[in-house]
Amino acid sequence: MTDTNYVLETRGLNIFYGNFLAVTDVYLKIPRHKITAIIGPSGCGKSTLLRSFNRMNELYQGVQTHGEVLFDGQNLYEKSVDPVEVRYRIGMVFQRANPFPKSIYENVAWAARIHGYKGNMDELVESSLRQAVLWDEVKDKLKQSGLSLSGGQQQRLCIARAIAVKPEVILMDEPASALDPIATLKIEELMQELKQNYTIVIVTHNMQQAARVSDFTAMMMLTGETRSGTVIEYDETNKIFTRPSDKRTEDYVTGRFG
Amino acid sequence: MRKAFETELQQVKDDVLVLGSMVEQAVLDSVEALKKRNIEASRKILEMDKQINIKRFEIENQLMILIATQQPMAHDLRLLASSLEIISELERMGDYAKGIGNINIRMGDQPLLKPLIDIPRMAKIGVDMLHRALTAFVNEDVEMARGIPIEDDEIDALYNQIYRELMTFVIADPKTIERANWLLWTAHNLERLADRVTNICERTVFIVTGEMSEISSSDDEFWKPK
Repeated sequence: MTDTNYVLETRGLNIFYGNFLAVTDVYLKIPRHKITAIIGPSGCGKSTLLRSFNRMNELYQGVQTHGEVLFDGQNLYEKSVDPVEVRYRIGMVFQRANPFPKSIYENVAWAARIHGYKGNMDELVESSLRQAVLWDEVKDKLKQSGLSLSGGQQQRLCIARAIAVKPEVILMDEPASALDPIATLKIEELMQELKQNYTIVIVTHNMQQAARVSDFTAMMMLTGETRSGTVIEYDETNKIFTRPSDKRTEDYVTGRFG
Repeated sequence: MRKAFETELQQVKDDVLVLGSMVEQAVLDSVEALKKRNIEASRKILEMDKQINIKRFEIENQLMILIATQQPMAHDLRLLASSLEIISELERMGDYAKGIGNINIRMGDQPLLKPLIDIPRMAKIGVDMLHRALTAFVNEDVEMARGIPIEDDEIDALYNQIYRELMTFVIADPKTIERANWLLWTAHNLERLADRVTNICERTVFIVTGEMSEISSSDDEFWKPK
């Protein structure tokens, strides 16, 4: 059994794009109700690793995953596991907000309804929007299209949509990279609220953002003859950004990489 | 990469070194002025202290700008944060020199209780420790930094010696209390200076290794019973 303090754990994770080994030998434990950031230079496999946490890589052609991803002790890659069920319990928010071309209300209600939610939908929509700190801004226009919102609001709508199905983990792939500083700050503050109830794993290019929001940080890099991505250092965020152990992490966080 | 930032970091070190040499000069001059009872020279020390304070604020401002604009991490962050600490230590050392200058001015035309021998030695050793501590800082030389605090023992021994000697004067003639006290304060300022050198050495170790710990000399407190 996985230690209950860790919600996700990878063991000997290797991910191929066709013959190309993109991510190699990742052993990582994601602590429950904490924010874990994955940082590293472009093309080092951060997003690929993140997508392996809810089997999202299977939606990309030619991706093969070897090794284990344990979710509360259960290997997500066992044949008996339904990937759709996995993605309900481990939600995802993407770089560019992707609300459905439907009303704000429907954006939140839709997945819950498909998932067979039988409770009071108005309450679910309101509580999800409140948790995403969007309610006050949209409560008077729930019937308007989700696409009518600003970029930052759309991203929070996507977070509300992810929350509505009551996931345990929320994966965020560069959730604020297309947003202005104020909207970014709102997302970051929202993450601090959300971690009371959810585990968050965020991929970010923005080191200051990783330093600001996360509790733990995994540093990834291309290594070895195969030039495939792996986690070279994983520690408390405070340590990674003030006194990292690995020289390569030091070079990366101080901007001297390469 | 980050050439401009590297240049700025080097500039910070250079500026700390400049501030350090101003302080070294002020300390040596303050003791020399007292030794020769040169009031005019002591007034110059007060002026030097003002310059030291100005330089410290200049460096502090530059450090703030670098932290705000470059968002330093890891080694760079430790260097800039430690530099803030080090310039504040140097500024306080400048105050000790000023304090010695003020003692000389306040003594007016009263003669020294005794010729100064050990006090100038304390100043020389302390300033020498400071000089090497700043060299270790600039070169990020951990071994050198770790080796300096032990020399504080010598300063403490001198302080004890001065204390005992002054007490014999006071016991023999209580009217000498004030003049003994002036010299004791001078020695005390120099004793504190050496303690602050240790703080600078600790920062240098922190910059390089990330370890924040005290380097103790064999006898940390000069009044500790033997």
